[in-house]
Amino acid sequence: MPSEQPARRAAGHEEAAADTPGRVPLVVQLALRPLPLLPLQPILAATLRAVLANHPGIFERLGPHAGKRFGLAPTDLPLAFLLETLPRRPRITAVRALPARLDVTIRGSIAALIGLVDGGYDGDALFFSRDLVVEGDMEAVVALRNAVDDAQIDLVREGCGSLGPLAAPAERLLRSLLPRPVTDPGAMPWN
Amino acid sequence: MELICPAGTPAALRAAVDAGADAVYCGFRDETNARNFPGLNFSRAEMAEGIAYAHARGAKVLVAINTFPRAGQLGLWQGAVDDAVAAGADALILADVGLIAYAAARHPAQRLHVSVQAAAANPDAIAFYVEAFGVKRVVLPRVLSVPEIAAITRATACETEVFVFGGLCVMAEGRCSLSSHATGQSPNMHGVCSPASHVSYRDDGNTLVSRLGDFTINKFAKGEPAAYPTLCKGRFRTGIGAGYIFEEPVSLDAVEMLPGLKKAGVTALKIEGRQRGRAYIASVVASFRAALAALEAGRPITGAGLTTMTEGQTTTVGAYRKTWR
Repeated sequence: MPSEQPARRAAGHEEAAADTPGRVPLVVQLALRPLPLLPLQPILAATLRAVLANHPGIFERLGPHAGKRFGLAPTDLPLAFLLETLPRRPRITAVRALPARLDVTIRGSIAALIGLVDGGYDGDALFFSRDLVVEGDMEAVVALRNAVDDAQIDLVREGCGSLGPLAAPAERLLRSLLPRPVTDPGAMPWN
Repeated sequence: MELICPAGTPAALRAAVDAGADAVYCGFRDETNARNFPGLNFSRAEMAEGIAYAHARGAKVLVAINTFPRAGQLGLWQGAVDDAVAAGADALILADVGLIAYAAARHPAQRLHVSVQAAAANPDAIAFYVEAFGVKRVVLPRVLSVPEIAAITRATACETEVFVFGGLCVMAEGRCSLSSHATGQSPNMHGVCSPASHVSYRDDGNTLVSRLGDFTINKFAKGEPAAYPTLCKGRFRTGIGAGYIFEEPVSLDAVEMLPGLKKAGVTALKIEGRQRGRAYIASVVASFRAALAALEAGRPITGAGLTTMTEGQTTTVGAYRKTWR
Protein backbone atom coordinates (compact mmCIF):
# COMPACT_ATOMS: atom_id res chain seq x y z
CA MET A 1 0.00 0.00 0.00
CA PRO A 2 1.24 3.51 -0.68
CA SER A 3 2.76 5.22 2.31
CA GLU A 4 2.16 8.63 0.80
CA GLN A 5 -0.23 9.65 -1.95
CA PRO A 6 1.05 11.51 -5.00
CA ALA A 7 0.26 15.21 -5.18
CA ARG A 8 -3.36 15.86 -6.14
CA ARG A 9 -5.42 18.87 -6.96
CA ALA A 10 -9.13 19.00 -6.43
CA ALA A 11 -11.39 21.32 -8.39
CA GLY A 12 -11.41 24.73 -6.75
CA HIS A 13 -14.54 26.81 -6.35
CA GLU A 14 -13.45 29.44 -8.87
CA GLU A 15 -12.69 26.88 -11.52
CA ALA A 16 -15.87 24.94 -10.90
CA ALA A 17 -17.96 28.10 -11.05
CA ALA A 18 -16.55 28.94 -14.47
CA ASP A 19 -17.46 25.52 -15.83
CA THR A 20 -20.77 24.83 -14.13
CA PRO A 21 -23.86 25.24 -16.29
CA GLY A 22 -26.18 27.98 -15.12
CA ARG A 23 -29.73 27.31 -13.97
CA VAL A 24 -32.96 29.05 -14.86
CA PRO A 25 -33.89 31.32 -11.92
CA LEU A 26 -36.61 29.96 -9.68
CA VAL A 27 -38.88 32.92 -10.34
CA VAL A 28 -38.75 32.18 -14.08
CA GLN A 29 -39.42 28.50 -13.42
CA LEU A 30 -42.52 29.43 -11.43
CA ALA A 31 -43.68 31.89 -14.09
CA LEU A 32 -43.39 29.19 -16.78
CA ARG A 33 -45.35 26.61 -14.84
CA PRO A 34 -48.89 27.64 -15.84
CA LEU A 35 -48.07 28.18 -19.52
CA PRO A 36 -49.40 25.60 -22.00
CA LEU A 37 -46.95 23.33 -23.81
CA LEU A 38 -48.87 23.13 -27.07
CA PRO A 39 -47.36 26.30 -28.64
CA LEU A 40 -43.90 24.77 -28.15
CA GLN A 41 -44.69 21.83 -30.37
CA PRO A 42 -44.36 23.48 -33.80
CA ILE A 43 -41.04 25.05 -32.74
CA LEU A 44 -39.72 21.71 -31.56
CA ALA A 45 -40.88 19.98 -34.72
CA ALA A 46 -39.29 22.65 -36.92
CA THR A 47 -36.03 22.45 -34.95
CA LEU A 48 -35.90 18.68 -35.31
CA ARG A 49 -36.62 18.96 -39.05
CA ALA A 50 -33.82 21.50 -39.45
CA VAL A 51 -31.33 19.40 -37.46
CA LEU A 52 -32.10 16.27 -39.45
CA ALA A 53 -31.90 18.13 -42.76
CA ASN A 54 -28.58 19.73 -41.87
CA HIS A 55 -27.02 16.63 -40.32
CA PRO A 56 -28.26 13.58 -42.23
CA GLY A 57 -25.43 11.38 -40.94
CA ILE A 58 -26.65 11.45 -37.37
CA PHE A 59 -28.75 8.27 -37.66
CA GLU A 60 -25.88 6.38 -39.23
CA ARG A 61 -23.75 7.05 -36.13
CA LEU A 62 -26.65 6.09 -33.84
CA GLY A 63 -26.52 2.67 -35.52
CA PRO A 64 -28.63 -0.01 -33.85
CA HIS A 65 -29.81 2.49 -31.25
CA ALA A 66 -31.87 4.47 -33.76
CA GLY A 67 -35.49 3.95 -32.77
CA LYS A 68 -34.91 4.15 -29.04
CA ARG A 69 -36.84 6.57 -26.82
CA PHE A 70 -34.91 9.16 -24.86
CA GLY A 71 -36.35 11.27 -22.06
CA LEU A 72 -34.66 14.64 -21.68
CA ALA A 73 -35.54 16.25 -18.39
CA PRO A 74 -34.36 19.81 -17.71
CA THR A 75 -34.16 20.03 -13.93
CA ASP A 76 -34.79 23.78 -13.98
CA LEU A 77 -37.88 23.87 -16.21
CA PRO A 78 -41.42 22.65 -15.51
CA LEU A 79 -41.43 20.37 -18.55
CA ALA A 80 -39.51 17.56 -20.23
CA PHE A 81 -38.90 16.34 -23.77
CA LEU A 82 -39.55 12.93 -25.24
CA LEU A 83 -37.18 12.21 -28.15
CA GLU A 84 -38.16 9.26 -30.32
CA THR A 85 -35.37 8.44 -32.78
CA LEU A 86 -37.25 6.33 -35.33
CA PRO A 87 -35.29 6.96 -38.55
CA ARG A 88 -38.43 7.41 -40.68
CA ARG A 89 -40.53 9.28 -38.14
CA PRO A 90 -38.30 10.93 -35.55
CA ARG A 91 -40.27 13.04 -33.11
CA ILE A 92 -39.71 15.31 -30.15
CA THR A 93 -42.56 16.14 -27.81
CA ALA A 94 -42.81 18.49 -24.85
CA VAL A 95 -44.47 16.83 -21.86
CA ARG A 96 -45.17 17.75 -18.26
CA ALA A 97 -43.78 14.44 -17.00
CA LEU A 98 -41.83 11.74 -18.80
CA PRO A 99 -43.62 8.46 -19.44
CA ALA A 100 -42.44 5.27 -17.80
CA ARG A 101 -40.41 2.61 -19.64
CA LEU A 102 -38.13 4.85 -21.64
CA ASP A 103 -34.88 3.44 -22.95
CA VAL A 104 -32.90 6.35 -21.51
CA THR A 105 -33.46 9.28 -19.19
CA ILE A 106 -31.04 12.22 -19.16
CA ARG A 107 -31.43 14.89 -16.47
CA GLY A 108 -29.62 18.22 -16.14
CA SER A 109 -30.18 21.93 -16.36
CA ILE A 110 -31.46 23.19 -19.72
CA ALA A 111 -28.12 24.98 -20.21
CA ALA A 112 -26.28 21.69 -19.69
CA LEU A 113 -28.54 19.81 -22.10
CA ILE A 114 -28.24 22.47 -24.82
CA GLY A 115 -24.47 22.77 -24.18
CA LEU A 116 -24.14 19.03 -24.74
CA VAL A 117 -25.76 19.36 -28.14
CA ASP A 118 -23.83 22.38 -29.39
CA GLY A 119 -20.44 21.35 -28.02
CA GLY A 120 -20.25 23.82 -25.15
CA TYR A 121 -19.96 21.05 -22.58
CA ASP A 122 -18.35 17.61 -22.43
CA GLY A 123 -20.83 14.96 -21.33
CA ASP A 124 -18.37 12.98 -19.21
CA ALA A 125 -17.29 16.16 -17.40
CA LEU A 126 -20.92 17.01 -16.59
CA PHE A 127 -21.39 13.46 -15.31
CA PHE A 128 -18.28 13.68 -13.13
CA SER A 129 -19.47 16.98 -11.62
CA ARG A 130 -22.98 15.54 -11.04
CA ASP A 131 -24.50 18.19 -13.32
CA LEU A 132 -25.85 15.39 -15.51
CA VAL A 133 -27.68 12.23 -14.50
CA VAL A 134 -28.12 9.38 -16.96
CA GLU A 135 -30.18 6.26 -16.38
CA GLY A 136 -31.22 3.37 -18.61
CA ASP A 137 -29.53 1.89 -21.67
CA MET A 138 -25.95 3.20 -21.46
CA GLU A 139 -25.02 2.02 -24.95
CA ALA A 140 -27.84 4.15 -26.35
CA VAL A 141 -26.72 7.15 -24.24
CA VAL A 142 -23.14 6.85 -25.48
CA ALA A 143 -24.23 6.41 -29.10
CA LEU A 144 -26.52 9.45 -28.94
CA ARG A 145 -23.84 11.56 -27.28
CA ASN A 146 -21.26 10.63 -29.92
CA ALA A 147 -23.68 11.09 -32.82
CA VAL A 148 -24.74 14.52 -31.59
CA ASP A 149 -21.19 15.62 -30.77
CA ASP A 150 -19.95 14.65 -34.22
CA ALA A 151 -22.86 16.40 -35.96
CA GLN A 152 -21.76 19.84 -34.69
CA ILE A 153 -25.33 21.02 -34.31
CA ASP A 154 -25.86 24.73 -33.76
CA LEU A 155 -29.08 24.16 -31.82
CA VAL A 156 -29.78 27.82 -31.13
CA ARG A 157 -29.44 28.90 -34.76
CA GLU A 158 -31.20 25.88 -36.17
CA GLY A 159 -33.97 26.14 -33.59
CA CYS A 160 -34.54 29.85 -34.06
CA GLY A 161 -34.55 29.52 -37.84
CA SER A 162 -38.26 28.74 -37.83
CA LEU A 163 -39.23 31.93 -35.99
CA GLY A 164 -39.19 34.22 -39.02
CA PRO A 165 -38.58 37.87 -38.03
CA LEU A 166 -38.12 36.85 -34.41
CA ALA A 167 -35.23 34.51 -35.28
CA ALA A 168 -32.39 37.02 -34.80
CA PRO A 169 -33.53 38.52 -31.46
CA ALA A 170 -34.45 35.06 -30.14
CA GLU A 171 -31.00 33.76 -31.10
CA ARG A 172 -29.29 36.71 -29.40
CA LEU A 173 -31.32 36.18 -26.23
CA LEU A 174 -30.63 32.45 -26.07
CA ARG A 175 -26.91 32.88 -26.77
CA SER A 176 -26.63 35.36 -23.92
CA LEU A 177 -27.96 32.66 -21.58
CA LEU A 178 -25.87 29.73 -22.82
CA PRO A 179 -22.18 28.78 -22.67
CA ARG A 180 -20.09 29.56 -25.73
CA PRO A 181 -18.87 26.46 -27.53
CA VAL A 182 -15.25 25.81 -26.59
CA THR A 183 -14.32 25.58 -30.25
CA ASP A 184 -14.85 29.36 -30.21
CA PRO A 185 -11.39 30.68 -29.24
CA GLY A 186 -12.94 33.50 -27.23
CA ALA A 187 -14.52 30.94 -24.94
CA MET A 188 -11.10 29.90 -23.60
CA PRO A 189 -9.74 32.83 -21.62
CA TRP A 190 -6.73 30.84 -20.33
CA ASN A 191 -5.38 30.39 -23.83
CA MET B 1 7.97 17.88 -27.98
CA GLU B 2 5.02 16.88 -30.17
CA LEU B 3 1.47 17.08 -28.84
CA ILE B 4 -0.51 13.94 -29.67
CA CYS B 5 -4.27 14.41 -29.27
CA PRO B 6 -7.27 12.07 -29.24
CA ALA B 7 -10.23 12.03 -31.61
CA GLY B 8 -13.23 9.71 -31.51
CA THR B 9 -15.12 11.39 -34.32
CA PRO B 10 -14.30 13.45 -37.41
CA ALA B 11 -15.59 16.56 -35.60
CA ALA B 12 -13.25 15.86 -32.69
CA LEU B 13 -10.35 15.41 -35.12
CA ARG B 14 -11.04 18.81 -36.63
CA ALA B 15 -11.33 20.33 -33.15
CA ALA B 16 -7.98 18.82 -32.14
CA VAL B 17 -6.21 20.03 -35.29
CA ASP B 18 -7.74 23.50 -34.99
CA ALA B 19 -6.69 23.70 -31.32
CA GLY B 20 -3.04 23.03 -32.19
CA ALA B 21 -2.43 19.29 -32.19
CA ASP B 22 0.80 18.19 -33.87
CA ALA B 23 -0.80 14.81 -34.43
CA VAL B 24 -4.18 13.22 -33.82
CA TYR B 25 -4.70 9.54 -33.00
CA CYS B 26 -7.91 7.74 -33.85
CA GLY B 27 -9.28 4.35 -34.85
CA PHE B 28 -11.68 2.51 -37.09
CA ARG B 29 -15.25 1.81 -36.06
CA ASP B 30 -14.71 -1.77 -34.91
CA GLU B 31 -12.92 -3.85 -32.30
CA THR B 32 -9.46 -3.24 -33.77
CA ASN B 33 -8.91 -0.29 -31.46
CA ALA B 34 -9.07 0.17 -27.72
CA ARG B 35 -11.98 2.64 -27.75
CA ASN B 36 -14.63 0.55 -29.46
CA PHE B 37 -17.61 2.48 -28.07
CA PRO B 38 -21.11 2.92 -29.54
CA GLY B 39 -21.26 5.76 -32.05
CA LEU B 40 -17.53 6.38 -31.84
CA ASN B 41 -14.68 6.12 -34.35
CA PHE B 42 -14.14 6.42 -38.08
CA SER B 43 -15.41 4.70 -41.19
CA ARG B 44 -12.81 4.15 -43.92
CA ALA B 45 -14.08 7.21 -45.81
CA GLU B 46 -14.08 9.36 -42.67
CA MET B 47 -10.51 8.30 -41.93
CA ALA B 48 -9.32 9.36 -45.37
CA GLU B 49 -11.17 12.69 -45.06
CA GLY B 50 -9.78 13.26 -41.57
CA ILE B 51 -6.22 12.58 -42.73
CA ALA B 52 -6.67 15.00 -45.62
CA TYR B 53 -8.01 17.67 -43.23
CA ALA B 54 -5.06 17.20 -40.86
CA HIS B 55 -2.42 17.12 -43.59
CA ALA B 56 -3.80 20.31 -45.15
CA ARG B 57 -3.12 22.03 -41.82
CA GLY B 58 0.29 20.50 -41.13
CA ALA B 59 -0.87 17.90 -38.61
CA LYS B 60 -0.32 14.15 -38.67
CA VAL B 61 -2.78 11.30 -38.07
CA LEU B 62 -1.78 8.18 -36.20
CA VAL B 63 -4.17 5.24 -36.54
CA ALA B 64 -4.56 3.05 -33.47
CA ILE B 65 -5.02 -0.65 -34.24
CA ASN B 66 -4.11 -1.62 -30.75
CA THR B 67 -6.23 -4.54 -29.67
CA PHE B 68 -5.05 -8.13 -29.88
CA PRO B 69 -6.39 -10.16 -32.84
CA ARG B 70 -8.37 -13.27 -32.02
CA ALA B 71 -7.29 -16.59 -33.42
CA GLY B 72 -9.05 -17.29 -36.68
CA GLN B 73 -10.05 -13.66 -37.21
CA LEU B 74 -6.76 -12.07 -38.21
CA GLY B 75 -8.33 -10.64 -41.34
CA LEU B 76 -10.16 -7.88 -39.48
CA TRP B 77 -6.94 -6.57 -37.94
CA GLN B 78 -4.75 -7.06 -41.01
CA GLY B 79 -7.43 -5.35 -43.11
CA ALA B 80 -7.37 -2.40 -40.72
CA VAL B 81 -3.59 -2.14 -41.17
CA ASP B 82 -3.91 -2.22 -44.96
CA ASP B 83 -6.75 0.32 -44.97
CA ALA B 84 -4.96 2.73 -42.62
CA VAL B 85 -1.88 2.63 -44.86
CA ALA B 86 -4.05 3.18 -47.94
CA ALA B 87 -5.77 6.14 -46.25
CA GLY B 88 -2.40 7.83 -45.77
CA ALA B 89 -1.85 7.34 -42.05
CA ASP B 90 1.39 8.91 -40.84
CA ALA B 91 1.90 6.05 -38.37
CA LEU B 92 0.16 2.96 -37.07
CA ILE B 93 -0.08 2.39 -33.32
CA LEU B 94 0.04 -1.37 -32.79
CA ALA B 95 0.16 -3.66 -29.77
CA ASP B 96 0.16 -7.25 -30.98
CA VAL B 97 3.56 -8.61 -31.98
CA GLY B 98 2.06 -10.67 -34.79
CA LEU B 99 0.26 -7.67 -36.22
CA ILE B 100 3.42 -5.57 -35.97
CA ALA B 101 5.25 -8.31 -37.89
CA TYR B 102 2.51 -8.28 -40.53
CA ALA B 103 2.61 -4.50 -40.89
CA ALA B 104 6.41 -4.41 -41.07
CA ALA B 105 6.53 -7.12 -43.74
CA ARG B 106 3.55 -5.94 -45.80
CA HIS B 107 4.21 -2.20 -45.56
CA PRO B 108 7.95 -1.77 -44.96
CA ALA B 109 7.84 1.99 -45.58
CA GLN B 110 5.06 2.60 -43.04
CA ARG B 111 6.05 4.22 -39.75
CA LEU B 112 5.09 2.00 -36.81
CA HIS B 113 4.59 2.90 -33.14
CA VAL B 114 4.29 0.45 -30.25
CA SER B 115 1.03 1.06 -28.37
CA VAL B 116 0.86 1.45 -24.61
CA GLN B 117 -1.26 -1.70 -24.82
CA ALA B 118 1.95 -3.65 -25.55
CA ALA B 119 3.23 -2.73 -22.07
CA ALA B 120 6.79 -2.35 -23.33
CA ALA B 121 8.34 -0.89 -20.20
CA ASN B 122 12.06 -1.71 -20.36
CA PRO B 123 14.87 -1.17 -22.87
CA ASP B 124 15.20 -4.86 -23.76
CA ALA B 125 11.53 -5.19 -24.70
CA ILE B 126 11.64 -1.99 -26.71
CA ALA B 127 14.89 -3.02 -28.41
CA PHE B 128 13.17 -6.17 -29.64
CA TYR B 129 10.48 -4.15 -31.42
CA VAL B 130 13.08 -1.79 -32.89
CA GLU B 131 15.47 -4.49 -34.09
CA ALA B 132 12.88 -6.99 -35.30
CA PHE B 133 10.37 -4.63 -36.91
CA GLY B 134 12.00 -1.21 -37.20
CA VAL B 135 9.44 0.57 -35.02
CA LYS B 136 10.12 4.26 -34.64
CA ARG B 137 8.36 5.05 -31.36
CA VAL B 138 7.10 3.39 -28.19
CA VAL B 139 4.24 4.70 -26.05
CA LEU B 140 5.33 4.07 -22.47
CA PRO B 141 2.96 2.73 -19.78
CA ARG B 142 1.64 5.12 -17.15
CA VAL B 143 3.45 3.33 -14.32
CA LEU B 144 6.93 4.82 -14.77
CA SER B 145 8.59 7.70 -12.93
CA VAL B 146 10.31 10.51 -14.85
CA PRO B 147 13.80 9.17 -13.93
CA GLU B 148 12.73 5.74 -15.20
CA ILE B 149 11.45 7.32 -18.42
CA ALA B 150 14.76 9.17 -18.80
CA ALA B 151 16.73 5.95 -18.30
CA ILE B 152 14.60 4.04 -20.82
CA THR B 153 14.80 6.85 -23.36
CA ARG B 154 18.60 7.01 -23.04
CA ALA B 155 18.89 3.26 -23.55
CA THR B 156 16.43 3.07 -26.42
CA ALA B 157 17.05 3.50 -30.12
CA CYS B 158 13.56 4.80 -30.87
CA GLU B 159 11.46 7.75 -29.78
CA THR B 160 9.41 7.65 -26.60
CA GLU B 161 5.89 9.00 -26.08
CA VAL B 162 4.21 9.44 -22.70
CA PHE B 163 0.74 10.33 -21.45
CA VAL B 164 0.34 13.77 -19.89
CA PHE B 165 -3.39 14.13 -19.34
CA GLY B 166 -6.62 12.18 -18.96
CA GLY B 167 -7.78 8.83 -17.69
CA LEU B 168 -5.16 7.14 -15.58
CA CYS B 169 -4.85 3.41 -16.17
CA VAL B 170 -2.89 2.05 -13.25
CA MET B 171 -2.65 -1.53 -14.49
CA ALA B 172 -0.16 -3.22 -16.83
CA GLU B 173 -2.00 -2.15 -19.95
CA GLY B 174 -2.83 -4.85 -22.42
CA ARG B 175 -2.68 -7.40 -19.61
CA CYS B 176 -5.47 -6.19 -17.32
CA SER B 177 -8.32 -8.67 -16.91
CA LEU B 178 -10.56 -6.75 -14.51
CA SER B 179 -13.06 -5.75 -17.21
CA SER B 180 -13.07 -9.31 -18.55
CA HIS B 181 -13.72 -10.64 -15.06
CA ALA B 182 -16.79 -8.44 -14.65
CA THR B 183 -18.21 -8.41 -18.18
CA GLY B 184 -16.46 -10.93 -20.42
CA GLN B 185 -15.14 -8.04 -22.52
CA SER B 186 -11.82 -6.24 -22.26
CA PRO B 187 -9.93 -3.34 -23.83
CA ASN B 188 -7.33 -5.85 -24.97
CA MET B 189 -9.55 -8.14 -27.04
CA HIS B 190 -12.73 -6.14 -27.70
CA GLY B 191 -11.58 -2.54 -27.35
CA VAL B 192 -13.82 -1.78 -24.40
CA CYS B 193 -12.98 -1.40 -20.75
CA SER B 194 -16.15 -1.64 -18.66
CA PRO B 195 -18.44 -1.66 -21.71
CA ALA B 196 -21.56 0.51 -21.67
CA SER B 197 -23.69 -2.57 -22.29
CA HIS B 198 -22.86 -3.75 -18.77
CA VAL B 199 -23.08 -0.38 -16.99
CA SER B 200 -26.04 0.94 -15.05
CA TYR B 201 -26.59 4.01 -12.90
CA ARG B 202 -29.29 4.73 -10.37
CA ASP B 203 -29.66 8.18 -8.90
CA ASP B 204 -32.37 8.87 -6.35
CA GLY B 205 -31.49 12.55 -6.12
CA ASN B 206 -29.07 11.98 -3.28
CA THR B 207 -26.98 8.89 -3.91
CA LEU B 208 -25.63 7.83 -7.29
CA VAL B 209 -25.02 4.09 -7.52
CA SER B 210 -22.86 2.78 -10.37
CA ARG B 211 -22.82 -0.87 -11.33
CA LEU B 212 -20.78 -2.94 -13.77
CA GLY B 213 -22.26 -6.33 -14.51
CA ASP B 214 -23.05 -7.94 -11.18
CA PHE B 215 -20.75 -5.62 -9.21
CA THR B 216 -21.68 -2.44 -7.40
CA ILE B 217 -18.67 -0.25 -8.23
CA ASN B 218 -19.41 2.84 -6.19
CA LYS B 219 -21.97 4.86 -4.28
CA PHE B 220 -21.48 8.62 -4.52
CA ALA B 221 -23.06 10.87 -1.91
CA LYS B 222 -24.90 14.00 -3.01
CA GLY B 223 -22.42 16.46 -4.48
CA GLU B 224 -19.50 14.01 -4.45
CA PRO B 225 -17.71 13.93 -7.83
CA ALA B 226 -18.52 10.83 -9.84
CA ALA B 227 -16.27 8.45 -11.78
CA TYR B 228 -16.31 5.84 -14.50
CA PRO B 229 -17.63 2.46 -13.33
CA THR B 230 -14.33 0.62 -13.65
CA LEU B 231 -13.30 -2.06 -11.17
CA CYS B 232 -9.84 -0.53 -10.76
CA LYS B 233 -11.37 2.66 -9.36
CA GLY B 234 -14.22 1.08 -7.43
CA ARG B 235 -14.89 1.55 -3.74
CA PHE B 236 -15.36 -1.73 -1.92
CA ARG B 237 -15.84 -3.14 1.56
CA THR B 238 -13.26 -5.78 2.48
CA GLY B 239 -12.05 -7.51 5.60
CA ILE B 240 -9.68 -4.64 6.32
CA GLY B 241 -12.18 -1.84 5.79
CA ALA B 242 -14.02 0.07 3.09
CA GLY B 243 -12.39 2.23 0.46
CA TYR B 244 -10.64 2.31 -2.88
CA ILE B 245 -8.73 -0.94 -3.27
CA PHE B 246 -6.59 -0.11 -6.32
CA GLU B 247 -6.82 3.61 -7.05
CA GLU B 248 -9.11 6.53 -6.33
CA PRO B 249 -11.06 8.14 -9.17
CA VAL B 250 -8.44 10.61 -10.28
CA SER B 251 -7.05 11.75 -13.61
CA LEU B 252 -3.53 12.38 -14.83
CA ASP B 253 -2.41 15.98 -15.29
CA ALA B 254 1.34 16.13 -15.83
CA VAL B 255 1.54 19.73 -17.03
CA GLU B 256 3.95 20.56 -14.21
CA MET B 257 6.17 17.66 -15.28
CA LEU B 258 6.74 19.00 -18.82
CA PRO B 259 10.23 20.40 -18.08
CA GLY B 260 11.28 17.07 -16.58
CA LEU B 261 9.85 15.10 -19.48
CA LYS B 262 11.65 17.33 -21.97
CA LYS B 263 14.91 16.85 -20.10
CA ALA B 264 14.27 13.10 -20.10
CA GLY B 265 14.38 13.17 -23.90
CA VAL B 266 10.72 12.36 -24.51
CA THR B 267 9.65 13.04 -28.11
CA ALA B 268 5.88 13.19 -27.79
CA LEU B 269 3.20 13.94 -25.20
CA LYS B 270 -0.12 12.15 -25.40
CA ILE B 271 -3.54 13.27 -24.22
CA GLU B 272 -5.97 10.46 -23.35
CA GLY B 273 -9.67 10.67 -24.23
CA ARG B 274 -10.85 9.43 -27.61
CA GLN B 275 -14.21 8.78 -25.92
CA ARG B 276 -14.59 12.40 -24.89
CA GLY B 277 -16.51 15.19 -26.63
CA ARG B 278 -15.29 18.16 -28.65
CA ALA B 279 -15.48 20.40 -25.58
CA TYR B 280 -12.87 18.27 -23.79
CA ILE B 281 -10.65 17.92 -26.86
CA ALA B 282 -10.59 21.63 -27.69
CA SER B 283 -10.01 22.73 -24.09
CA VAL B 284 -7.30 20.23 -23.21
CA VAL B 285 -5.41 20.52 -26.48
CA ALA B 286 -5.42 24.33 -26.40
CA SER B 287 -4.29 24.27 -22.79
CA PHE B 288 -1.33 21.98 -23.42
CA ARG B 289 -0.45 23.89 -26.60
CA ALA B 290 -0.16 27.00 -24.43
CA ALA B 291 1.87 25.12 -21.81
CA LEU B 292 4.31 23.87 -24.45
CA ALA B 293 4.65 27.39 -25.87
CA ALA B 294 5.49 28.63 -22.38
CA LEU B 295 8.04 25.85 -21.95
CA GLU B 296 9.73 26.66 -25.26
CA ALA B 297 9.80 30.37 -24.43
CA GLY B 298 11.27 29.74 -20.99
CA ARG B 299 8.21 31.17 -19.26
CA PRO B 300 6.70 29.54 -16.17
CA ILE B 301 4.10 26.88 -16.90
CA THR B 302 0.85 27.48 -15.11
CA GLY B 303 -1.94 24.99 -14.52
CA ALA B 304 -4.60 25.17 -17.14
CA GLY B 305 -7.76 24.93 -15.05
CA LEU B 306 -8.77 21.60 -16.50
CA THR B 307 -9.72 19.88 -13.26
CA THR B 308 -13.45 20.14 -13.95
CA MET B 309 -12.87 18.05 -17.08
CA THR B 310 -11.45 15.17 -15.08
CA GLU B 311 -12.74 11.93 -13.60
CA GLY B 312 -13.35 12.41 -9.89
CA GLN B 313 -12.71 16.13 -10.42
CA THR B 314 -9.22 15.51 -9.06
CA THR B 315 -5.84 15.31 -10.76
CA THR B 316 -2.51 13.71 -9.99
CA VAL B 317 0.96 13.47 -11.51
CA GLY B 318 0.63 9.74 -10.91
CA ALA B 319 3.75 7.63 -11.14
CA TYR B 320 5.77 10.44 -12.71
CA ARG B 321 6.62 11.59 -9.20
CA LYS B 322 6.71 8.38 -7.22
CA THR B 323 6.69 9.08 -3.51
CA TRP B 324 5.14 5.93 -2.19
CA ARG B 325 7.82 3.31 -2.68
